[in-house]
Amino acid sequence: MSEQPAPRPETLQVSLREIFVGFLIIGATSFGGGVVAYLRTGLVGRRKWIADETFVELLSICQTLPGLNASNMAILVGDRLRGTAGAAAALVGICLPGGLLMSVAAGAYAASQHSEVGMQAVLHGVSAAAVGLVFSVTVQLGRKTLARWADFILVALTVIGVNVLHLSVLLVLVLAGAVAIYWYRPSQLAAEKMQSEKTQEQTGS
Amino acid sequence: MSQLPALIGVFAYLSLLTVGGGMAAFPEMKTLVVDTFHWMTVPQLVHIYSVGQVSPGPNMMMIAGVGQWVAGPVGAVAVVAAFFLPTGLFTLWVGRLWNRLDHWPWRASIQRGLAPVSIGLLLAGSISIARSTVTGWEGAMIALGVFGILLATRMNPIPLIAASGAIGYFLFR
Repeated sequence: MSEQPAPRPETLQVSLREIFVGFLIIGATSFGGGVVAYLRTGLVGRRKWIADETFVELLSICQTLPGLNASNMAILVGDRLRGTAGAAAALVGICLPGGLLMSVAAGAYAASQHSEVGMQAVLHGVSAAAVGLVFSVTVQLGRKTLARWADFILVALTVIGVNVLHLSVLLVLVLAGAVAIYWYRPSQLAAEKMQSEKTQEQTGS
Repeated sequence: MSQLPALIGVFAYLSLLTVGGGMAAFPEMKTLVVDTFHWMTVPQLVHIYSVGQVSPGPNMMMIAGVGQWVAGPVGAVAVVAAFFLPTGLFTLWVGRLWNRLDHWPWRASIQRGLAPVSIGLLLAGSISIARSTVTGWEGAMIALGVFGILLATRMNPIPLIAASGAIGYFLFR
């Protein structure tokens, strides 16, 4: 996002305490989802701990691996800054505020189970809103990712496996993942690249 | 306290499914937490999940709430450790390996192929949450309204969630 190239991160000396506090602040203030955007602002923009291209590169790793993008990003950035200890400090920092908050919330929720119905009604409304939220996140990510008809078929197969056939998510992930990786095998990707270059030449752009 | 080993096993397993995002693990979480171990009911799980959408940090910190619910503070810590440690170590390892994999042609294939599958898992998770949550037209209207507004404006969802809670107070009592 920044106009000027960020300083080379490898020469930067960041202490474990700074890493922990930096991620703790992001973990405590990233309200409303989209933690990755908060991470980018905090790490690339404000603190200049890593370059933006490094951030994008690390994010692409996280999106392929199991685990949440936010926690995986904390681990990878922490590792770049201070090795394994840095990764641990970053992970604990980003998880601590939300984890504490949710523990307190669950405790309060457990205590309210046998009280008035008002709380249940509020939570029912909140849950309905959360449904709208998770669908909007899925659509926004899908717009960026789904480009070819094969992508839509893979999405449909995954949804049918989980929601219609009620297969285990792990099984669907392994099966659909294997089919998808084979579909986009190296020779196929090379052929697609040549094809798109040819079309670009023909349209003269 | 005897629930701790089961809690740790369940959430370590669930963490492996979160390719693309936490929502991917929701269908399996519902099956394990509600049907297999009877730790809570579907509405209770949905309520904790939904409150988790308002909490800051990684969007699955609600798992700490489930741990707290089942086994108190120790349960919360155990669940968070089980959920983040295995995948975290794997990420640390792959992150260091990644640059060396640069010339491995299948790296691009894995990235390209898993992208649509992860969207499919997110969609499947969303459908599963919707089925567990939306039981009448009032809830459907709230969900659709929030969905539409978020796509149209890209605003922060917190005010919408708060407003929906207020609407729920009058609608669902």
